[in-house]
Amino acid sequence: MSALVFTLHAAPAQRLDLAPLVPERLAGMNETAIARIELQTTRERLCAGDVFKIAMGDAAQIRFDGGSERFDRVGCGMSKGEILVEGDVGLQAGRLMGGGRLSIAGNAGPWAASGMKAGTIEIAGNVGERLGGPLAGETAGMRGGVVIVRGNVGARAGDKMRRGMMVVEGDAGPYAGSRMIAGTLVVRGRSGVQPGYLMARGTLILMQGNGALSPTFADCGTHEFVANALMAECVRAYSADTAALLRRPWRRFIGDLAAAGRGEIFLPPA
Amino acid sequence: MQPMTVNGIRIDDTFAEAFGMRATALVITAPSASWARQAAVTMTGFGTSVIGCGCEAGIDRELAAHETPDGRPGMRVLLFAVSTGELQKQLQTRVGQCVLTSPGSACYAGLDGAEMLKLGDALRYFGDGWQVAKRLGPRRYWRIPVMDGEFVCEARTGLTKQAVGGGNIIVMGASAQTTLAAAEAAVEAMRGVPDVIMPFPGGIARSGSKVGSKYKGANASTNDAYCPTLKGAVDSALDPDIAAVLEIVIDGLTREAIADAMRAGIAAILALGPERGALRIGAGNYGGKLGSHHFHLKDLLP
Repeated sequence: MSALVFTLHAAPAQRLDLAPLVPERLAGMNETAIARIELQTTRERLCAGDVFKIAMGDAAQIRFDGGSERFDRVGCGMSKGEILVEGDVGLQAGRLMGGGRLSIAGNAGPWAASGMKAGTIEIAGNVGERLGGPLAGETAGMRGGVVIVRGNVGARAGDKMRRGMMVVEGDAGPYAGSRMIAGTLVVRGRSGVQPGYLMARGTLILMQGNGALSPTFADCGTHEFVANALMAECVRAYSADTAALLRRPWRRFIGDLAAAGRGEIFLPPA
Repeated sequence: MQPMTVNGIRIDDTFAEAFGMRATALVITAPSASWARQAAVTMTGFGTSVIGCGCEAGIDRELAAHETPDGRPGMRVLLFAVSTGELQKQLQTRVGQCVLTSPGSACYAGLDGAEMLKLGDALRYFGDGWQVAKRLGPRRYWRIPVMDGEFVCEARTGLTKQAVGGGNIIVMGASAQTTLAAAEAAVEAMRGVPDVIMPFPGGIARSGSKVGSKYKGANASTNDAYCPTLKGAVDSALDPDIAAVLEIVIDGLTREAIADAMRAGIAAILALGPERGALRIGAGNYGGKLGSHHFHLKDLLP
Protein backbone atom coordinates (compact mmCIF):
# COMPACT_ATOMS: atom_id res chain seq x y z
CA MET A 1 0.00 0.00 0.00
CA SER A 2 1.30 3.49 -0.83
CA ALA A 3 1.81 6.28 1.66
CA LEU A 4 -0.83 8.60 3.07
CA VAL A 5 0.13 11.94 1.48
CA PHE A 6 -0.61 15.46 2.72
CA THR A 7 0.10 17.97 -0.06
CA LEU A 8 0.39 21.58 1.09
CA HIS A 9 -2.07 23.92 -0.72
CA ALA A 10 -0.28 27.17 0.09
CA ALA A 11 1.95 28.61 2.81
CA PRO A 12 -0.10 28.35 6.02
CA ALA A 13 -1.57 31.58 7.39
CA GLN A 14 -0.70 30.68 11.00
CA ARG A 15 1.62 28.28 12.84
CA LEU A 16 0.27 24.73 12.70
CA ASP A 17 0.28 22.08 15.39
CA LEU A 18 0.84 18.89 13.37
CA ALA A 19 1.11 16.58 16.39
CA PRO A 20 -2.25 14.89 15.61
CA LEU A 21 -1.02 13.71 12.20
CA VAL A 22 0.96 10.68 13.40
CA PRO A 23 0.53 7.06 12.26
CA GLU A 24 -1.09 5.66 15.41
CA ARG A 25 -3.66 8.47 15.47
CA LEU A 26 -4.58 8.22 11.77
CA ALA A 27 -4.77 4.42 11.61
CA GLY A 28 -8.27 3.33 10.65
CA MET A 29 -9.57 6.87 10.00
CA ASN A 30 -11.28 7.76 6.72
CA GLU A 31 -10.50 10.83 4.64
CA THR A 32 -13.39 12.93 6.01
CA ALA A 33 -12.36 12.28 9.58
CA ILE A 34 -8.73 13.12 8.85
CA ALA A 35 -9.75 16.32 7.01
CA ARG A 36 -11.61 17.44 10.15
CA ILE A 37 -8.62 17.20 12.50
CA GLU A 38 -7.90 20.66 13.91
CA LEU A 39 -4.35 21.97 13.50
CA GLN A 40 -4.69 25.65 14.47
CA THR A 41 -2.55 27.39 17.07
CA THR A 42 -4.58 30.63 17.15
CA ARG A 43 -8.24 31.38 17.73
CA GLU A 44 -8.89 30.87 14.03
CA ARG A 45 -9.95 27.28 13.38
CA LEU A 46 -7.93 25.46 10.75
CA CYS A 47 -8.40 21.78 9.84
CA ALA A 48 -6.16 19.32 8.00
CA GLY A 49 -8.48 19.49 4.98
CA ASP A 50 -8.09 23.29 4.79
CA VAL A 51 -4.30 23.13 4.68
CA PHE A 52 -3.61 19.94 2.76
CA LYS A 53 -4.89 17.95 -0.15
CA ILE A 54 -5.17 14.46 1.33
CA ALA A 55 -4.36 11.33 -0.71
CA MET A 56 -5.39 8.30 1.32
CA GLY A 57 -2.95 5.47 1.81
CA ASP A 58 -1.26 3.44 4.51
CA ALA A 59 -1.35 5.51 7.70
CA ALA A 60 1.82 3.77 8.89
CA GLN A 61 3.63 5.71 6.17
CA ILE A 62 2.82 9.41 6.15
CA ARG A 63 4.31 11.90 3.69
CA PHE A 64 4.07 15.67 3.67
CA ASP A 65 4.64 17.07 0.18
CA GLY A 66 5.94 20.53 0.91
CA GLY A 67 6.93 21.92 4.25
CA SER A 68 7.07 25.20 6.09
CA GLU A 69 8.90 26.82 8.95
CA ARG A 70 5.35 27.00 10.45
CA PHE A 71 4.98 23.19 10.62
CA ASP A 72 5.31 22.78 14.40
CA ARG A 73 5.38 19.50 16.37
CA VAL A 74 5.62 17.22 13.34
CA GLY A 75 5.75 13.60 14.54
CA CYS A 76 5.37 14.73 18.14
CA GLY A 77 4.79 11.67 20.32
CA MET A 78 4.78 9.23 17.41
CA SER A 79 5.49 5.66 18.50
CA LYS A 80 5.55 3.68 15.26
CA GLY A 81 5.48 3.93 11.49
CA GLU A 82 7.18 6.51 9.37
CA ILE A 83 6.76 10.22 8.60
CA LEU A 84 8.58 11.90 5.75
CA VAL A 85 8.49 15.68 5.26
CA GLU A 86 9.57 16.94 1.84
CA GLY A 87 10.40 20.40 3.14
CA ASP A 88 11.11 22.42 6.28
CA VAL A 89 9.51 22.04 9.70
CA GLY A 90 9.12 24.36 12.67
CA LEU A 91 9.77 23.78 16.35
CA GLN A 92 9.67 20.56 18.38
CA ALA A 93 9.78 18.11 15.46
CA GLY A 94 9.72 14.56 16.85
CA ARG A 95 9.34 15.78 20.42
CA LEU A 96 8.73 12.91 22.89
CA MET A 97 8.92 10.43 20.04
CA GLY A 98 8.68 6.84 21.29
CA GLY A 99 9.42 4.85 18.14
CA GLY A 100 9.27 4.78 14.35
CA ARG A 101 11.13 6.97 11.91
CA LEU A 102 10.86 10.69 11.15
CA SER A 103 12.69 12.04 8.08
CA ILE A 104 12.85 15.72 7.26
CA ALA A 105 14.25 16.71 3.88
CA GLY A 106 14.63 20.38 4.80
CA ASN A 107 15.53 22.36 7.92
CA ALA A 108 14.06 22.00 11.41
CA GLY A 109 13.46 24.63 14.07
CA PRO A 110 14.41 24.63 17.75
CA TRP A 111 13.76 21.73 20.15
CA ALA A 112 13.77 19.08 17.44
CA ALA A 113 13.85 15.60 19.07
CA SER A 114 13.08 17.26 22.41
CA GLY A 115 12.75 14.58 25.10
CA MET A 116 12.77 11.86 22.47
CA LYS A 117 12.60 8.33 23.92
CA ALA A 118 13.17 5.92 21.02
CA GLY A 119 13.09 5.65 17.23
CA THR A 120 15.08 7.49 14.58
CA ILE A 121 15.02 11.08 13.35
CA GLU A 122 16.94 12.11 10.28
CA ILE A 123 17.14 15.79 9.30
CA ALA A 124 18.79 16.60 5.98
CA GLY A 125 19.16 20.32 6.59
CA ASN A 126 20.04 22.50 9.56
CA VAL A 127 18.43 22.52 13.00
CA GLY A 128 17.75 25.38 15.39
CA GLU A 129 18.89 25.53 18.98
CA ARG A 130 18.47 22.94 21.74
CA LEU A 131 18.34 19.82 19.60
CA GLY A 132 16.89 17.11 21.86
CA GLY A 133 16.71 19.54 24.75
CA PRO A 134 14.02 19.74 27.42
CA LEU A 135 11.38 22.44 27.58
CA ALA A 136 11.49 24.80 30.55
CA GLY A 137 10.84 22.89 33.76
CA GLU A 138 11.61 19.43 32.40
CA THR A 139 14.44 17.55 34.06
CA ALA A 140 15.88 15.70 31.06
CA GLY A 141 16.19 16.12 27.31
CA MET A 142 16.61 13.26 24.86
CA ARG A 143 16.21 9.86 26.59
CA GLY A 144 16.89 7.38 23.78
CA GLY A 145 16.86 6.71 20.06
CA VAL A 146 19.03 8.05 17.28
CA VAL A 147 19.12 11.54 15.72
CA ILE A 148 21.10 12.26 12.56
CA VAL A 149 21.50 15.83 11.31
CA ARG A 150 23.23 16.24 7.96
CA GLY A 151 23.59 20.01 8.33
CA ASN A 152 24.48 22.31 11.24
CA VAL A 153 22.84 22.64 14.64
CA GLY A 154 22.28 25.71 16.81
CA ALA A 155 23.27 26.38 20.39
CA ARG A 156 22.99 23.83 23.20
CA ALA A 157 22.51 20.70 21.07
CA GLY A 158 22.01 17.74 23.39
CA ASP A 159 21.08 19.94 26.35
CA LYS A 160 20.32 17.74 29.39
CA MET A 161 20.55 14.64 27.20
CA ARG A 162 20.05 11.46 29.20
CA ARG A 163 20.57 8.57 26.75
CA GLY A 164 20.71 7.83 23.02
CA MET A 165 22.88 8.84 20.10
CA MET A 166 23.04 12.15 18.22
CA VAL A 167 25.20 12.62 15.14
CA VAL A 168 25.67 16.07 13.61
CA GLU A 169 27.49 15.95 10.29
CA GLY A 170 27.92 19.73 10.11
CA ASP A 171 28.94 22.24 12.77
CA ALA A 172 27.47 22.76 16.22
CA GLY A 173 26.75 26.09 17.91
CA PRO A 174 28.00 27.13 21.35
CA TYR A 175 27.45 24.99 24.45
CA ALA A 176 27.01 21.67 22.60
CA GLY A 177 26.19 18.94 25.12
CA SER A 178 25.45 21.45 27.85
CA ARG A 179 24.25 19.90 31.13
CA MET A 180 24.44 16.42 29.57
CA ILE A 181 23.35 13.67 31.96
CA ALA A 182 24.54 10.81 29.72
CA GLY A 183 24.34 9.64 26.11
CA THR A 184 26.48 10.32 23.06
CA LEU A 185 26.76 13.40 20.83
CA VAL A 186 29.04 13.30 17.80
CA VAL A 187 29.83 16.50 15.86
CA ARG A 188 31.63 15.95 12.57
CA GLY A 189 32.35 19.63 12.00
CA ARG A 190 33.51 22.31 14.43
CA SER A 191 31.70 23.16 17.60
CA GLY A 192 31.22 26.55 19.21
CA VAL A 193 32.54 27.78 22.54
CA GLN A 194 32.22 25.95 25.85
CA PRO A 195 31.17 22.48 24.68
CA GLY A 196 29.99 20.16 27.45
CA TYR A 197 29.17 23.10 29.71
CA LEU A 198 28.30 21.60 33.12
CA MET A 199 27.97 18.08 31.72
CA ALA A 200 27.70 15.38 34.40
CA ARG A 201 28.30 12.21 32.37
CA GLY A 202 28.06 11.22 28.71
CA THR A 203 30.26 11.44 25.66
CA LEU A 204 30.87 14.39 23.37
CA ILE A 205 32.96 13.74 20.26
CA LEU A 206 34.02 16.93 18.48
CA MET A 207 35.80 15.70 15.38
CA GLN A 208 37.14 19.03 14.17
CA GLY A 209 37.76 20.58 17.52
CA ASN A 210 35.97 23.46 19.14
CA GLY A 211 36.10 27.17 19.91
CA ALA A 212 37.23 27.21 23.51
CA LEU A 213 37.16 24.35 26.01
CA SER A 214 36.46 25.24 29.60
CA PRO A 215 39.44 24.79 31.95
CA THR A 216 37.19 22.51 33.97
CA PHE A 217 37.97 19.67 31.53
CA ALA A 218 41.06 17.61 32.34
CA ASP A 219 43.30 16.40 29.48
CA CYS A 220 43.72 12.61 29.72
CA GLY A 221 45.82 12.14 26.58
CA THR A 222 45.32 10.47 23.21
CA HIS A 223 44.18 6.83 23.12
CA GLU A 224 42.43 4.22 21.05
CA PHE A 225 39.12 3.21 22.63
CA VAL A 226 37.37 -0.13 22.18
CA ALA A 227 34.16 1.62 23.25
CA ASN A 228 34.49 3.95 20.25
CA ALA A 229 34.49 0.91 17.96
CA LEU A 230 31.16 -0.08 19.52
CA MET A 231 29.83 3.44 18.95
CA ALA A 232 31.08 3.29 15.36
CA GLU A 233 29.19 0.05 14.82
CA CYS A 234 26.06 1.73 16.19
CA VAL A 235 26.47 4.77 13.88
CA ARG A 236 27.59 2.94 10.73
CA ALA A 237 24.11 2.37 9.29
CA TYR A 238 23.34 6.11 9.48
CA SER A 239 26.66 7.77 8.77
CA ALA A 240 29.43 5.52 7.43
CA ASP A 241 32.10 8.27 7.30
CA THR A 242 31.49 9.20 10.92
CA ALA A 243 31.84 5.55 11.90
CA ALA A 244 35.20 5.27 10.15
CA LEU A 245 36.49 8.43 11.89
CA LEU A 246 35.31 7.19 15.29
CA ARG A 247 37.69 4.25 15.14
CA ARG A 248 40.73 6.56 15.13
CA PRO A 249 42.59 7.56 18.30
CA TRP A 250 41.05 10.54 20.10
CA ARG A 251 42.25 12.90 22.81
CA ARG A 252 40.13 12.49 25.90
CA PHE A 253 39.12 15.25 28.31
CA ILE A 254 37.21 14.39 31.48
CA GLY A 255 34.70 16.90 32.85
CA ASP A 256 32.88 19.08 33.46
CA LEU A 257 34.71 19.19 36.79
CA ALA A 258 32.51 22.14 37.74
CA ALA A 259 29.66 19.56 37.82
CA ALA A 260 29.75 15.77 38.49
CA GLY A 261 32.79 15.51 36.21
CA ARG A 262 32.24 11.99 34.89
CA GLY A 263 31.64 13.06 31.31
CA GLU A 264 34.13 13.05 28.47
CA ILE A 265 34.95 15.15 25.42
CA PHE A 266 36.95 13.61 22.59
CA LEU A 267 38.98 16.04 20.48
CA PRO A 268 41.40 15.40 17.60
CA PRO A 269 44.91 14.42 18.76
CA ALA A 270 47.04 17.49 19.44
CA MET B 1 24.30 -56.58 24.22
CA GLN B 2 24.98 -57.80 20.69
CA PRO B 3 27.31 -55.22 19.14
CA MET B 4 26.84 -54.21 15.55
CA THR B 5 29.88 -53.66 13.36
CA VAL B 6 30.45 -50.74 10.99
CA ASN B 7 33.66 -50.48 8.96
CA GLY B 8 35.26 -53.13 11.19
CA ILE B 9 34.46 -51.19 14.38
CA ARG B 10 32.07 -52.63 16.97
CA ILE B 11 29.33 -50.31 18.22
CA ASP B 12 27.70 -51.13 21.55
CA ASP B 13 23.92 -51.21 21.70
CA THR B 14 23.87 -48.66 24.48
CA PHE B 15 23.27 -44.99 25.14
CA ALA B 16 24.87 -41.91 26.66
CA GLU B 17 22.96 -40.57 29.62
CA ALA B 18 22.99 -36.79 29.98
CA PHE B 19 21.58 -34.18 32.32
CA GLY B 20 19.86 -30.83 32.08
CA MET B 21 22.16 -27.93 32.93
CA ARG B 22 22.27 -24.11 33.02
CA ALA B 23 24.59 -22.52 30.52
CA THR B 24 25.77 -19.17 29.23
CA ALA B 25 28.05 -17.98 26.46
CA LEU B 26 30.55 -15.13 26.12
CA VAL B 27 32.42 -13.47 23.31
CA ILE B 28 35.94 -12.47 24.29
CA THR B 29 37.86 -10.15 21.97
CA ALA B 30 41.43 -8.86 21.99
CA PRO B 31 43.84 -6.94 19.73
CA SER B 32 44.97 -10.25 18.20
CA ALA B 33 43.51 -13.73 17.79
CA SER B 34 46.27 -15.16 19.96
CA TRP B 35 45.44 -12.87 22.89
CA ALA B 36 41.74 -13.58 22.51
CA ARG B 37 42.59 -17.28 22.67
CA GLN B 38 44.85 -16.72 25.68
CA ALA B 39 42.05 -15.01 27.63
CA ALA B 40 39.58 -17.74 26.64
CA VAL B 41 41.96 -20.57 27.55
CA THR B 42 42.73 -18.97 30.91
CA MET B 43 39.11 -18.40 31.87
CA THR B 44 38.04 -21.91 30.86
CA GLY B 45 40.95 -23.53 32.68
CA PHE B 46 40.13 -25.87 35.58
CA GLY B 47 36.64 -26.19 34.16
CA THR B 48 36.48 -29.89 33.32
CA SER B 49 33.77 -31.16 35.62
CA VAL B 50 31.13 -29.60 37.86
CA ILE B 51 32.10 -32.13 40.53
CA GLY B 52 35.35 -30.39 41.38
CA CYS B 53 35.48 -27.19 39.35
CA GLY B 54 32.08 -25.59 39.90
CA CYS B 55 31.44 -25.39 36.20
CA GLU B 56 32.37 -26.97 32.91
CA ALA B 57 33.82 -24.50 30.46
CA GLY B 58 35.41 -24.51 27.06
CA ILE B 59 35.92 -22.73 23.78
CA ASP B 60 33.09 -23.13 21.27
CA ARG B 61 34.82 -21.53 18.32
CA GLU B 62 37.10 -18.80 17.06
CA LEU B 63 35.39 -15.68 15.69
CA ALA B 64 36.72 -13.59 12.83
CA ALA B 65 37.00 -9.83 13.36
CA HIS B 66 33.83 -9.14 11.36
CA GLU B 67 31.79 -11.46 13.61
CA THR B 68 32.50 -9.65 16.90
CA PRO B 69 30.83 -6.52 18.32
CA ASP B 70 34.01 -4.42 18.30
CA GLY B 71 35.50 -5.68 15.04
CA ARG B 72 38.49 -7.40 16.67
CA PRO B 73 39.36 -11.12 16.64
CA GLY B 74 37.49 -13.10 19.26
CA MET B 75 36.57 -16.42 20.83
CA ARG B 76 33.18 -17.74 21.88
CA VAL B 77 33.26 -19.47 25.23
CA LEU B 78 30.55 -21.62 26.87
CA LEU B 79 30.03 -22.20 30.60
CA PHE B 80 27.83 -24.91 32.12
CA ALA B 81 26.77 -25.35 35.75
CA VAL B 82 24.13 -27.19 37.73
CA SER B 83 22.37 -24.09 39.06
CA THR B 84 21.85 -20.47 38.02
CA GLY B 85 23.49 -19.27 41.23
CA GLU B 86 26.63 -21.34 40.70
CA LEU B 87 26.80 -20.28 37.05
CA GLN B 88 26.60 -16.60 38.05
CA LYS B 89 29.35 -17.09 40.62
CA GLN B 90 31.65 -18.93 38.22
CA LEU B 91 30.98 -16.40 35.46
CA GLN B 92 31.93 -13.37 37.48
CA THR B 93 34.97 -14.87 39.22
CA ARG B 94 36.36 -16.33 36.01
CA VAL B 95 35.78 -13.20 33.90
CA GLY B 96 37.03 -11.01 36.75
CA GLN B 97 40.23 -12.98 37.30
CA CYS B 98 41.02 -14.18 33.79
CA VAL B 99 39.48 -11.86 31.17
CA LEU B 100 39.58 -8.49 32.92
CA THR B 101 43.26 -9.18 33.63
CA SER B 102 44.19 -10.23 30.08
CA PRO B 103 45.89 -7.47 28.00
CA GLY B 104 43.59 -5.62 25.59
CA SER B 105 40.59 -7.84 26.28
CA ALA B 106 36.89 -7.01 26.01
CA CYS B 107 33.95 -9.23 26.89
CA TYR B 108 30.45 -9.42 25.41
CA ALA B 109 27.29 -11.51 25.68
CA GLY B 110 27.52 -14.65 23.58
CA LEU B 111 23.92 -15.67 24.02
CA ASP B 112 20.55 -13.91 24.03
CA GLY B 113 17.97 -15.16 26.45
CA ALA B 114 14.80 -14.32 28.28
CA GLU B 115 16.80 -14.59 31.48
CA MET B 116 20.11 -12.86 31.94
CA LEU B 117 23.22 -13.17 34.10
CA LYS B 118 25.24 -10.23 35.37
CA LEU B 119 28.48 -9.73 33.50
CA GLY B 120 29.76 -6.13 33.55
CA ASP B 121 27.05 -5.35 36.09
CA ALA B 122 28.97 -7.54 38.54
CA LEU B 123 32.48 -6.39 37.58
CA ARG B 124 31.99 -2.66 37.24
CA TYR B 125 32.89 -1.94 40.87
CA PHE B 126 36.50 -2.65 39.97
CA GLY B 127 36.39 0.83 38.39
CA ASP B 128 36.19 2.38 41.86
CA GLY B 129 33.82 5.08 40.69
CA TRP B 130 35.60 5.77 37.38
CA GLN B 131 33.59 3.15 35.48
CA VAL B 132 31.12 4.52 32.96
CA ALA B 133 28.14 2.84 31.34
CA LYS B 134 27.39 3.30 27.67
CA ARG B 135 24.08 2.20 26.22
CA LEU B 136 24.13 1.70 22.46
CA GLY B 137 20.86 0.53 20.93
CA PRO B 138 19.51 -2.34 23.02
CA ARG B 139 22.87 -3.18 24.60
CA ARG B 140 24.56 -1.70 27.63
CA TYR B 141 28.29 -1.77 28.22
CA TRP B 142 30.56 -0.92 31.10
CA ARG B 143 33.88 0.80 30.48
CA ILE B 144 36.26 0.13 33.33
CA PRO B 145 39.57 2.01 33.34
CA VAL B 146 42.56 -0.38 33.54
CA MET B 147 46.29 0.07 33.14
CA ASP B 148 46.38 -0.53 29.35
CA GLY B 149 43.27 1.53 28.59
CA GLU B 150 39.71 0.43 29.21
CA PHE B 151 38.11 -2.96 29.84
CA VAL B 152 34.83 -2.92 27.92
CA CYS B 153 32.33 -5.44 29.21
CA GLU B 154 28.68 -5.91 28.27
CA ALA B 155 26.37 -5.43 31.26
CA ARG B 156 24.62 -8.79 30.99
CA THR B 157 24.67 -12.04 29.07
CA GLY B 158 21.96 -14.60 28.33
CA LEU B 159 21.21 -17.73 30.32
CA THR B 160 19.73 -20.92 28.93
CA LYS B 161 18.01 -23.60 30.96
CA GLN B 162 17.78 -25.90 27.94
CA ALA B 163 21.47 -26.86 28.08
CA VAL B 164 22.54 -30.48 28.36
CA GLY B 165 25.70 -31.80 29.99
CA GLY B 166 27.27 -35.23 30.00
CA GLY B 167 26.80 -36.42 26.45
CA ASN B 168 29.65 -38.85 25.81
CA ILE B 169 31.23 -41.59 23.80
CA ILE B 170 33.72 -44.19 25.02
CA VAL B 171 36.50 -45.03 22.59
CA MET B 172 38.14 -48.45 22.95
CA GLY B 173 41.18 -49.65 21.02
CA ALA B 174 44.01 -52.15 20.76
CA SER B 175 46.65 -49.79 22.15
CA ALA B 176 46.88 -46.48 23.97
CA GLN B 177 48.34 -44.95 20.81
CA THR B 178 45.58 -45.98 18.37
CA THR B 179 42.84 -45.24 20.90
CA LEU B 180 44.18 -41.74 21.40
CA ALA B 181 44.38 -41.23 17.64
CA ALA B 182 40.71 -42.20 17.32
CA ALA B 183 39.66 -39.96 20.20
CA GLU B 184 41.64 -37.04 18.76
CA ALA B 185 39.96 -37.49 15.39
CA ALA B 186 36.56 -37.52 17.08
CA VAL B 187 37.26 -34.35 19.09
CA GLU B 188 38.54 -32.59 15.98
CA ALA B 189 35.27 -33.41 14.20
CA MET B 190 33.17 -32.37 17.21
CA ARG B 191 34.91 -28.97 17.33
CA GLY B 192 33.28 -28.20 14.00
CA VAL B 193 29.82 -28.49 15.60
CA PRO B 194 28.51 -25.18 17.00
CA ASP B 195 27.22 -24.73 20.57
CA VAL B 196 29.17 -27.61 22.16
CA ILE B 197 32.30 -27.93 24.27
CA MET B 198 34.38 -30.93 25.24
CA PRO B 199 35.53 -29.77 28.69
CA PHE B 200 38.26 -32.30 29.47
CA PRO B 201 41.94 -31.81 28.52
CA GLY B 202 42.07 -31.63 24.74
CA GLY B 203 38.47 -32.80 24.86
CA ILE B 204 39.46 -36.24 26.18
CA ALA B 205 39.12 -37.90 29.61
CA ARG B 206 41.15 -40.98 30.48
CA SER B 207 39.85 -41.44 34.01
CA GLY B 208 36.19 -42.25 33.58
CA SER B 209 34.46 -42.74 36.91
CA LYS B 210 31.72 -44.86 38.37
CA VAL B 211 29.31 -43.77 41.09
CA GLY B 212 30.41 -44.81 44.60
CA SER B 213 33.59 -46.04 46.20
CA LYS B 214 34.75 -48.57 48.76
CA TYR B 215 36.02 -45.61 50.79
CA LYS B 216 33.73 -43.49 52.91
CA GLY B 217 33.45 -39.88 51.75
CA ALA B 218 34.32 -40.51 48.10
CA ASN B 219 31.22 -40.46 45.91
CA ALA B 220 33.01 -41.40 42.71
CA SER B 221 35.91 -43.71 41.91
CA THR B 222 37.71 -45.26 38.98
CA ASN B 223 35.53 -47.10 36.49
CA ASP B 224 37.21 -50.48 37.06
CA ALA B 225 35.00 -52.25 34.52
CA TYR B 226 36.75 -50.18 31.82
CA CYS B 227 40.30 -50.35 33.21
CA PRO B 228 42.31 -52.61 30.86
CA THR B 229 44.90 -53.51 33.49
CA LEU B 230 42.18 -55.03 35.71
CA LYS B 231 40.53 -56.97 32.86
CA GLY B 232 40.91 -60.40 34.48
CA ALA B 233 40.31 -59.38 38.06
CA VAL B 234 37.00 -57.47 37.88
CA ASP B 235 33.66 -57.85 36.13
CA SER B 236 35.19 -56.18 33.08
CA ALA B 237 33.27 -54.56 30.23
CA LEU B 238 36.29 -55.01 27.97
CA ASP B 239 36.95 -57.65 25.35
CA PRO B 240 40.30 -59.46 25.17
CA ASP B 241 41.48 -57.27 22.26
CA ILE B 242 40.93 -53.95 24.06
CA ALA B 243 43.97 -52.44 25.74
CA ALA B 244 43.02 -48.77 26.20
CA VAL B 245 39.85 -46.74 26.78
CA LEU B 246 39.23 -42.99 26.47
CA GLU B 247 36.05 -41.00 27.00
CA ILE B 248 34.88 -37.82 25.28
CA VAL B 249 32.39 -35.81 27.31
CA ILE B 250 30.22 -33.23 25.52
CA ASP B 251 28.20 -30.33 26.92
CA GLY B 252 25.85 -28.50 24.57
CA LEU B 253 23.51 -25.51 24.63
CA THR B 254 20.81 -27.80 23.23
CA ARG B 255 20.11 -31.51 23.05
CA GLU B 256 20.37 -31.34 19.24
CA ALA B 257 23.87 -29.84 19.43
CA ILE B 258 25.06 -32.79 21.51
CA ALA B 259 23.49 -35.31 19.15
CA ASP B 260 25.20 -33.57 16.22
CA ALA B 261 28.56 -33.62 18.00
CA MET B 262 28.26 -37.31 18.92
CA ARG B 263 27.29 -38.11 15.34
CA ALA B 264 30.30 -36.18 13.98
CA GLY B 265 32.66 -37.85 16.45
CA ILE B 266 31.42 -41.37 15.71
CA ALA B 267 31.67 -40.72 11.97
CA ALA B 268 35.29 -39.58 12.37
CA ILE B 269 36.22 -42.71 14.35
CA LEU B 270 34.53 -44.97 11.81
CA ALA B 271 36.29 -43.16 8.98
CA LEU B 272 39.68 -43.67 10.64
CA GLY B 273 39.07 -47.43 10.74
CA PRO B 274 40.16 -50.17 13.20
CA GLU B 275 43.79 -50.44 12.04
CA ARG B 276 44.83 -46.88 12.92
CA GLY B 277 42.06 -46.09 15.40
CA ALA B 278 39.47 -47.68 17.64
CA LEU B 279 38.07 -51.23 17.68
CA ARG B 280 34.92 -50.44 19.58
CA ILE B 281 32.68 -47.48 20.53
CA GLY B 282 30.56 -47.40 23.66
CA ALA B 283 28.80 -44.80 25.80
CA GLY B 284 28.47 -44.10 29.50
CA ASN B 285 25.21 -44.29 31.43
CA TYR B 286 23.84 -44.98 34.89
CA GLY B 287 21.09 -47.35 33.83
CA GLY B 288 18.97 -44.55 32.45
CA LYS B 289 17.34 -43.48 35.71
CA LEU B 290 19.45 -40.44 36.61
CA GLY B 291 19.63 -38.39 33.44
CA SER B 292 16.72 -37.05 31.45
CA HIS B 293 18.49 -37.21 28.09
CA HIS B 294 19.40 -40.52 26.43
CA PHE B 295 21.50 -40.59 23.26
CA HIS B 296 21.43 -44.06 21.70
CA LEU B 297 24.51 -44.84 19.61
CA LYS B 298 22.49 -46.74 17.03
CA ASP B 299 20.55 -43.51 16.25
CA LEU B 300 23.76 -41.55 15.72
CA LEU B 301 25.50 -43.66 13.11
CA PRO B 302 26.44 -41.89 9.89
